[in-house]
Amino acid sequence: MKITFPHMGTSPIAFRMLIEKLGHQAVMPKRPSEKTLSLGSHYAPEFACLPFKILLGTYLEALEEGAEMVITSGGLGPCRAGYYAVLHDKILKDLGYHIDFVVLEPPQKRAVDFLKKLKKITSGNSMSVVWEALSTTWTKIKVLDEIESMTYEIRPFEVNKNETTKIFEECLKIIDAAWTKEQILSSKGKCLELLNSIPVDAARNPLKVGIIGEIYVVLEPAANFDIQRVLGEMGVIARRSIYLLDWTKDNTFFKGEEHIKHAAKPYLNQMVGGHGTLSVGNTVLYSREGYDGVIQLAPFACIPEIVSKSILNKVTKDLDIPLLTLFLDEQTGKAGINTRLEAFVDLMYSKRRLKQGVVV
Amino acid sequence: MKIGIPRTLTYYAYYPLWESFFKELGCDIVVSDKTSKVILDDGVQYAVNDACIPIKLFHGHVHNLKNKADYIFVPRLMNYTEEKTVTYCPKFLGLADMIRASMDALPPLLDIKIDMREKRKYRREEFERVAALLKTSPRKAMLAFQKARLHLSRYNTMLSGKLSPDEALKLLLDIHDLPAASSDPLSLAVVGYPYLLYDEFISAGLIKKLLDMGVRVLTPEMVPPRELNKAAKALPKDLFWTFSNQVVRSSIYYLQSGSLDGIIHVTAFGCGPDSMVDKLIELEAKQRAVPFICVSLDEHTGEAGVLTRLEAFVDMLEFRRDRK
Repeated sequence: MKITFPHMGTSPIAFRMLIEKLGHQAVMPKRPSEKTLSLGSHYAPEFACLPFKILLGTYLEALEEGAEMVITSGGLGPCRAGYYAVLHDKILKDLGYHIDFVVLEPPQKRAVDFLKKLKKITSGNSMSVVWEALSTTWTKIKVLDEIESMTYEIRPFEVNKNETTKIFEECLKIIDAAWTKEQILSSKGKCLELLNSIPVDAARNPLKVGIIGEIYVVLEPAANFDIQRVLGEMGVIARRSIYLLDWTKDNTFFKGEEHIKHAAKPYLNQMVGGHGTLSVGNTVLYSREGYDGVIQLAPFACIPEIVSKSILNKVTKDLDIPLLTLFLDEQTGKAGINTRLEAFVDLMYSKRRLKQGVVV
Repeated sequence: MKIGIPRTLTYYAYYPLWESFFKELGCDIVVSDKTSKVILDDGVQYAVNDACIPIKLFHGHVHNLKNKADYIFVPRLMNYTEEKTVTYCPKFLGLADMIRASMDALPPLLDIKIDMREKRKYRREEFERVAALLKTSPRKAMLAFQKARLHLSRYNTMLSGKLSPDEALKLLLDIHDLPAASSDPLSLAVVGYPYLLYDEFISAGLIKKLLDMGVRVLTPEMVPPRELNKAAKALPKDLFWTFSNQVVRSSIYYLQSGSLDGIIHVTAFGCGPDSMVDKLIELEAKQRAVPFICVSLDEHTGEAGVLTRLEAFVDMLEFRRDRK
């Protein structure tokens, strides 16, 4: 079976391995490009959010390469992302494609359904093979997340421009080639070595920015114009609040978000779907930890993030932390985003100088 | 004590519930004025610019009540159906918090959380909180709510197959009283959320215009709940939002009835759930070869523009029927 899946950050590397370990052929989703987005926007409803359009474009591209099955996530709402798969399926069928959608709904509510669907993908493999594949994938995602997050710490200090980015690309290739748990762990060692070999200027005192918002546009560099890398190149440490692994944990069996929800409580004591409540909570936490600013990323017309944006205006006023909200859609251009980022960075610098008593 | 109730959003579907509850507790009720240009402009000024029109209107209606009430009622409506998995649009869920963050110098907000899925214990806690605000006993508040629920369900049964609250009610009464211009009028399903369809200002009088053209108008409220539940089976997964489910299911019901000439989906610019709902209806209508249009409303919607589109659609339908 030829299987494809959404493109989200570095995760395709791990999911390709999972699918191939289970004896299927993976149709690697392409990194979303302008073509992907314009394909998706063409067939998607006008007011569907950006991830919906990008995913639809990704599927259409994968169909051209012969994909027969899509594995994607469902959801329980009230964010509309939980309904994506149903509508994607309907739109693709309406266009005359035949593709099998396997939608993994959060298992804590529909355990039987989850296992049934899992079986659709794993059939023909012994339990031990399935277990090995799943746990290795888990390890791979963990390593990918770790290595990626390190680059955002190193890049603002790099002496030679673009070096971190080059090394990171090399790292991805190394991790991609690792196929067992041992290999993955040793590939991690190699990557760490490479990253540590980058010459840095430790005397710099970069700004620190927290990135919050809707999961897809936060995780997918193609959707947010590589914001974390761009900020790094501007000499800013940009940390994001969401990693794929956290999300997987929170949406399967574990609960790790309680302290964030607690921080949001004085402003928004209610889950509003998506990452809306967490955006508010994380802003409070970032401000407590002394970050210089917060950037909120959201697709245009994203429901939960509109709720949180409206509340964040008050939060940032109360806590005196600058906030830049970027609503992204198919009209958004790289130059526009960069200009706004540059202005925001300038603002944070002058705010810092003001705090230090330097007259600007 | 005076409770201000904004004349928008939940008003059009649940007003009998709110009214009965507060009256039972001896409160006075003041409802905000009908939507007007001033209310809309106030809403646009106070609400976050990315919000949809209904949310902006809500801000406007709250502003309208500013000096008229001791409390402004902003329900946190989570679940009010038999279905456990559905709720309302996230913007409904965070409404009170949005208002608090973006508007100053308001009377205190009465944000009663209504979630029929919650355990008794939590519901009692909520009533204790509300009772303290309204200076009554939790027991009384709970009894009043029980009574109000009965009141709403009686009201809904009475009106099932026909109508909805207040001027919506009046408007819909017109639908039934108005002698059809021709003996065989076009049947048009006009689907959309009650706070758009029945707000004459924001919908630019869409329903009235259709009635004036001699069209038979069918709305989601006219479909009995039993039929809605049956229609739900046509979709692989329920939507998460109560009002959206009502719109999609009623559309499917009307489409399945087979006697429909066309379907109009009325939506608000930037409505999140509707981007899904609209496509679903479009695809269902396409399958059954029923003409479909979407009328999207925003702060710039003009009467003339809406009228032109409706006239063109109705003309097209008549032409299509004559040809058959």
